[in-house]
Amino acid sequence: MNQIASLNRRGFLQVSAALGAFTLGIRVPEAVAQGAAQGAASPEVNAWVVVKPDDSIIIRIARSEMGQGTLTGLAQLVAEELNADWSKVSTEYPTPGQNLARNRAWGNMSTGGSRGIRESHDVVRKGGAAARMMLVEAAARGWGVPVSECRAANSTITHQPSGRTTTYGKVAEAAARLTPPTDMPLRDPKDWTIAGKPLPRLDTVDKTNGKQIYGADLTLPGMLNAAIRDCPVFGGKVASFDAAKVAGMPGVKKVVQVGETAVAVIADTWWRAKTALDALPITWDNGPNAQVSSASIAEVLKAGLEAPEAAIGNRAGDARAAIASAAKRVEAVYGYPFQNHATMEPMNATALWTPERCEVWTPTQNGEAALAAASEAAGLPPAKCEVYKIHLGGGFGRRGAVHDWVRQAVEIAKQMPGTPVKLLWSREEDMLHGRYHPITQCKLTGALDAAGNLTGLAMRISGQSIVAGIFPQNIRDGRDPVVFQGLSPGGEEGAFGYAIPNILIDHAMRNPHVPPGFWRGVNLNQNAVYVECFMDELAHAAGRDPLEFRRALLKNSPKHLAVLNAVAERGGWGQPAPEGRARGLAQIMGFGSYVAACAEVSVSPAGELTIHKITAATDPGHAVNPQQIAAQVEGSFVYGLSAALHGECTVAEGRIEQENFDTYPVMRMAEMPAVEAILMPSGGFWGGVGEPTIAVAAPAVLNAIFAATGKRVRQLPLKHADLRRA
Amino acid sequence: MARLNINGRVVDIAVEDDTPLLWAIREQVGLTGTKYGCGVAQCGACTVHVDGVATRSCSTPVSALDENQKIVTIEGLSPDGSHPLQRAWVALDVPQCGYCQSGMIMAAAALLAANPKPSDADIRGEITNICRCGTYNRVQAAIKQAAGGNQANG
Repeated sequence: MNQIASLNRRGFLQVSAALGAFTLGIRVPEAVAQGAAQGAASPEVNAWVVVKPDDSIIIRIARSEMGQGTLTGLAQLVAEELNADWSKVSTEYPTPGQNLARNRAWGNMSTGGSRGIRESHDVVRKGGAAARMMLVEAAARGWGVPVSECRAANSTITHQPSGRTTTYGKVAEAAARLTPPTDMPLRDPKDWTIAGKPLPRLDTVDKTNGKQIYGADLTLPGMLNAAIRDCPVFGGKVASFDAAKVAGMPGVKKVVQVGETAVAVIADTWWRAKTALDALPITWDNGPNAQVSSASIAEVLKAGLEAPEAAIGNRAGDARAAIASAAKRVEAVYGYPFQNHATMEPMNATALWTPERCEVWTPTQNGEAALAAASEAAGLPPAKCEVYKIHLGGGFGRRGAVHDWVRQAVEIAKQMPGTPVKLLWSREEDMLHGRYHPITQCKLTGALDAAGNLTGLAMRISGQSIVAGIFPQNIRDGRDPVVFQGLSPGGEEGAFGYAIPNILIDHAMRNPHVPPGFWRGVNLNQNAVYVECFMDELAHAAGRDPLEFRRALLKNSPKHLAVLNAVAERGGWGQPAPEGRARGLAQIMGFGSYVAACAEVSVSPAGELTIHKITAATDPGHAVNPQQIAAQVEGSFVYGLSAALHGECTVAEGRIEQENFDTYPVMRMAEMPAVEAILMPSGGFWGGVGEPTIAVAAPAVLNAIFAATGKRVRQLPLKHADLRRA
Repeated sequence: MARLNINGRVVDIAVEDDTPLLWAIREQVGLTGTKYGCGVAQCGACTVHVDGVATRSCSTPVSALDENQKIVTIEGLSPDGSHPLQRAWVALDVPQCGYCQSGMIMAAAALLAANPKPSDADIRGEITNICRCGTYNRVQAAIKQAAGGNQANG
């Protein structure tokens, strides 16, 4: 029960004394700090599995839970190979500092790109299998019988010839002393009994009674609270501020500058800190970007559509020649705006800094990146820092690659040595300092022959590169490979399914000063809009049915075709729609999975859109928890349709104009369509499920809108479009 | 200074009069199940009951309340998480990240108290809370399930 005993450090003892580790939602691995389990009351069989004498099992999860269900899914994979009694399983996070200290025993902690399961299925299953083998071996040794005569099931080991049994809890301590096996054969997924099943999540109950603790809820003894304002103009900085004006306000302890660009008020409560911050006179030096606007950014991107220089993502044949000799040429320009992640819980971190040590408690999608940020800001080596991951109130990519809020929290805490300070962003701060979905435009040109066959496609993307903004060292020869998600000639990540003899897909990188980020679905979102809406335009121009047109081009891509066929059939394609409704299709591959959607919409004479239903199909290869996949698909449409209908951050005088949900509306229940999620795991590969279906939401709806109204909407969001029938 | 009745307990709270009820609940009373999402009554993560009415506590100053008004937070909805909505939420595995769910449940509880058999249209019209993970369809199903299982009280 005492999860913190082995961590003999002030911060944790305080946390424990104040609230108890469990009520905090922070469970620090008890055996982790020792690196081994010799003599421990609750042996760590290996890095992934702890078995207690009462047979309860703790499975360690390296990835972060942000709603996507990875705690449950990854635990299922470990428990499957462990032959565990699932009813006795709980989970905990190893800390990034312990991962570092133990030579990255838990591997990559980054939680994004729908990679939680698809990237770590092998290592976690081997962890579970190794632990099972050690437990069985310990039992066999205890009985003095051959291992081959023993079997494990449901946390119980049976010596088959004699019928003797023991439990994991009884042999765990002995198992922990054994040499770990090196060869761990894994179960065929068709034989799974825990993985692959639609099990309930492990973390639901506390989310229904207010007990789940998020970063924003954290309280440490003696803790102060900080509210912050960063220069609203990206690239600007603090010119001056008048701390004396707010020094006497209730609860105010200190007013501090944070880096060159921000000012924070530290007070006894957050509300008092925010109240004083609102009253604080701050003068900004708005810097070199103070004249940039959405219009000026659009002009830069527009020029990129025709620029001679571009990085190539997919090329076959000679698209330009095919277009030049086409019987019919179709051309269209699309655009996709900046969008904010708008996690429900704004960014926050609690930091405790002393000259010797820095500790940070924060909701993060990547504990190791948070540790690196904390270390840098603290001016201390990583070994003298630690990050404790707290449950995330949404992530969607915002809490992954860039830990700007962690740096700020540490820089604030450095100015209050020995006192824990919780930094919480206001919603306004969160909206003004996002890491935005990148802005792009796309010009597509298609060549049709006299029979209406697509003989060539040119696709020029112009605009922002996330990689250039976050990991510029990964740009090679001016090329950002992530830009081409879903458009690549092959590969596991996102292969373009259509067989077009002449094709050229390229990218003219144009990076505005607004910082980009990985936003749930990333570049697959706009790429699917561009390709799938244009496919509809081409089908229309060719006088073909959009489904038939796609089917012909997908003849060499059976998995793409299978999900498309599935949604067409279940969505009623080819059959009359209910009165006043129309349907649209889209398909794409991304994050290792094949997805398609059929949307059913109606548009009133006044131009009001209703999205009635979306039928969505996913082939993720192996499906670890079908009901969680269904939840991810349903949720992905809220995210994707929020973006399609409403999502737009505009720029004026160098800053984002939208500051809260009143000017940055998102989808609410009244707009939510019925969702039918078809899961069709074909086996043999591991695809992600958190993101792919987002991408097909918007194009399926846009194509349905065309079917209903004859109007093509080529610039998102839809809120600007006039859908009244012409 | 404010004197408030929260979850059946009268508490004196040393705050400025214009302090939002949300922050008094979270920072002075120490009940953190009620969440901050927007501060401008848009998202509903801060929803509590004031005399049974779903109220966005982020935009309700403590000066607008007195000890005769019964404030109920998610922690006070039921003693042991057994409210029909909480049971339905667990049965249907509604939450994803969960941050908005306290507010969702409180909004739904007020709806069911006023309208024990809501139609889908009633639910979609009344529940205006924001969820970014996208639990809306399961929220709707859970409210229907709780209403169905609540017939004796309806």
